[in-house]
Amino acid sequence: MSAASTHAGAEQDRRPHDPYKLGRSAHGHEHGEATGHGEGGPASKRIITGYGFWIFLLSDIVMFSAFFAAYAVLAGETAGGPSGHDLFDLQNVAIETALLLTSSFTCGLGSIATQRRKMLQTQLWLLVTGLLGFAFVLLEFREFADMIAHGIGPQRSAFLSSFFALVGCHGLHVSVGLLWLGTMMAQLWVKGFRPAILRRLLCFNLFWHALDIIWIGIFTIVYLIGSGL
Amino acid sequence: MTLFGKLSWSAIPIDQPIPLITSFAVMFVILSVLAWVTAKLWWPYLWREWITSVDHKRIGVMYCILGLVMLIRGFADAIMMRTQQAAAINAPGYLPPEHYDQIFSAHGTIMIFFGAMPLVIGLMNFVIPLQLGVRDVAFPTLNSTGFWLTATGALLVNMSLLIGEFSRAGWLPYPPLSESSYSPGVGVDYYLWAIQISGVGTLMTGINLVTTILKMRAPGMSYLRMPMFCWTSLAANMLIVAAFPILTATLAMLTLDRYLGFHFFTNEAGGNMMMFVNLIWAWGHPEVYILVLPAFGIFSEVFSTFSSKPLFGYRSMVAATLFICIVSFMVWLHHFFTMGAGADVNAAFGIATSIIAVGTGVKIYNWLFTMYRGRIRFETPMLWALAFVVTFVLGGMTGVLLAVPPADFVLHNSMFLVAHFHNVIIGGVVFGVFAGLTYWFPKAFGFRLHEGWGRAAFWFSLAGFVIVFGALYVLGLEGMTRRLQHVEVEEWTPWLLISVAGIGVMAIGMMCQIIQLVVSIRHRGKLRDPTGDPWDGRSLEWYTLSPPPPFNFAVLPDVHGEEAYWTTKRAAIEREGLAPEPDYQPIHMPVNSATGFVTAFFATLIGFALIWHIWWLAILGFVGAYATFVIFAWRDREEYEIGVDELRAAEQMRRRAREDWLGLEPNV
Repeated sequence: MSAASTHAGAEQDRRPHDPYKLGRSAHGHEHGEATGHGEGGPASKRIITGYGFWIFLLSDIVMFSAFFAAYAVLAGETAGGPSGHDLFDLQNVAIETALLLTSSFTCGLGSIATQRRKMLQTQLWLLVTGLLGFAFVLLEFREFADMIAHGIGPQRSAFLSSFFALVGCHGLHVSVGLLWLGTMMAQLWVKGFRPAILRRLLCFNLFWHALDIIWIGIFTIVYLIGSGL
Repeated sequence: MTLFGKLSWSAIPIDQPIPLITSFAVMFVILSVLAWVTAKLWWPYLWREWITSVDHKRIGVMYCILGLVMLIRGFADAIMMRTQQAAAINAPGYLPPEHYDQIFSAHGTIMIFFGAMPLVIGLMNFVIPLQLGVRDVAFPTLNSTGFWLTATGALLVNMSLLIGEFSRAGWLPYPPLSESSYSPGVGVDYYLWAIQISGVGTLMTGINLVTTILKMRAPGMSYLRMPMFCWTSLAANMLIVAAFPILTATLAMLTLDRYLGFHFFTNEAGGNMMMFVNLIWAWGHPEVYILVLPAFGIFSEVFSTFSSKPLFGYRSMVAATLFICIVSFMVWLHHFFTMGAGADVNAAFGIATSIIAVGTGVKIYNWLFTMYRGRIRFETPMLWALAFVVTFVLGGMTGVLLAVPPADFVLHNSMFLVAHFHNVIIGGVVFGVFAGLTYWFPKAFGFRLHEGWGRAAFWFSLAGFVIVFGALYVLGLEGMTRRLQHVEVEEWTPWLLISVAGIGVMAIGMMCQIIQLVVSIRHRGKLRDPTGDPWDGRSLEWYTLSPPPPFNFAVLPDVHGEEAYWTTKRAAIEREGLAPEPDYQPIHMPVNSATGFVTAFFATLIGFALIWHIWWLAILGFVGAYATFVIFAWRDREEYEIGVDELRAAEQMRRRAREDWLGLEPNV
């Protein structure tokens, strides 16, 4: 879609505005003033991409909310097996949380470096972000593997099913994010700061921060409340 | 573990002649079409202009074709169900139970996910950018990918006919029946992966169209100047974004239960099967409005155009749409009042359900008042719209009856319920889609559909529909439950026979639709619409040529009020001439991309491999899909330029057509 689009001539001028009194006119947004509600014509590509990605993130959060709801329903259904209180190691979770939150901070530093068009700095911060994220996934994987090795896998009870699905879904998101990050770093290195790549970096930042928000929900609802039960 | 997982020659239903012969007939038709395309050397054209196209109009047309083909498939299932029940009164009939169960499951799944959804999404895809006065949707390649993923889902469902079996657990696979202990075959797995893959495609479309409507409109097109169809589409797509992730999550949980032995919905280890029912309807009820809201938009356009009047109560229509959009998330429990949540909960949801009908009631009155003292033209789209008002009010009233929990306890899972939801889905969505297809067909192809055959199709479809579901209402009140493979109550016989007669009449209606298409294509010269405005339309899709150029508008229209095109047209007539020619500036359009098609190819591999536990193939599919994504991300050329000369040529052609149509002197 071209940004340089002119308007069809004034086929309409010198006519009553809003002849059927159906729409907005009196307090109206006359054309030509971009009021932020789209009257100024199509938005820029950057806005469209960012906006679309926000909508995707909202849908992703709705998906997580279904897993949260399932966890809330099934949290007490331990079928005689271990409960969250018996299982959760808050120290491990605290380290995981620290890793993820720090990675969001470094991700933000990366976007500042991007704004200044500093290639090495951007790559460095993205790398740090990726390593922190990788360490997070590793810790989570170890926690899962440890539980399964002790026969406390998702097949043990409905509580554990919902626990593994919810936390695992978040871990899967972080893993996919890492794959995306690696691909994008290579692309940035080869192609430089192109508009399309800048938009993708923007989306990645949004994605990574959204995963943080979801983790805070998991940390609170699953681990903190669960270990207290 | 073998190379091909659970797949072996025994998956081919050699002992069941019906699916076997049908599969071979379908394969014969597909191969004939492919051979024909090859013989005519059409592959380069198809590849360039359709398969890799990212043009929203082409994608919209492909969605509609997919939807129509699947509508025929689902209708064939319906004919089998009606004839089986009529043949199986104190007799076994011709369909054994395990086959009959697959047919009603496939009928619902196909009609909702692969018939109605593609048709509705196809019309939205085609119309929205034109009505908003812009050149494409927000994310054109994503749009193509969404379509091809939907096609993948449809392909997987139809593959189950020949390879293995389809689900026997109904169109919504309620556990524990759908768990692996009670449905050990691949049927439910076909269902799960087909819906998951096409659901991703639907979500992509939802995100795309919400962004398009909110961020890409012609200059001056404020929210309250958007045509009604854009409003109802906005509401429907917001519902897609908010509801489809719930479906994804719910089916993922069932998948985990089936594949990895989780206990979300099992009867053991603390699983909760009613949680599935709650979650699936938290998606399922909004889904009803995802389908019907765009149809409401179509009717709004049709009533206004064919009454030659602006839509009555535009703002109350917007308000009613958004009201329905929100309240649709608050009524899901009425699908299972019999769960036993207690009188208070049931009462709350019963009241919410009755209240949501108020929004639709507002709309009905607005449509009636739109016609009041209008100059009504009874062309085919208007006939569908009029039939809709009458039948939908009836279907809505039986819905409000079912919203009363005590009544629902009696009618739950009866044929009365079946009649009710067919009454609203056929009377609302299908009639709306047919009205929309007839209405916008000339815009897409440059010629009208044949009016006589269209009328015949309308009258037969309407009559058949009333006969079939009138009979089912009576059967429901006489106590017949749904999904019966055979019947042991003699008193039901006359009504079952009437419903078979009715579906015969509907089948004639469907034949008329097909004949209408063939006749229209053969006589396209005579039916040609040179004006681009065959119905004396009011919104911006009629401003441009039929069919529109790839860029829709050489210069974006300038919107000064609601009914953007109508006011432009009136002004030109008063002024006795079009406005002076505008300045042209080169524009950029997205280049074609095979990404969607290739992604769907790998998605088909992934789906098939996961259904049959062929793990290496699934991994291969994921690697291929990722590689496709990287190649797409790596491309250097995203857009091509359209120069001033081409734009000027297109705009001058449009101006000539407009001047001829309005009888104006050329204004150079």
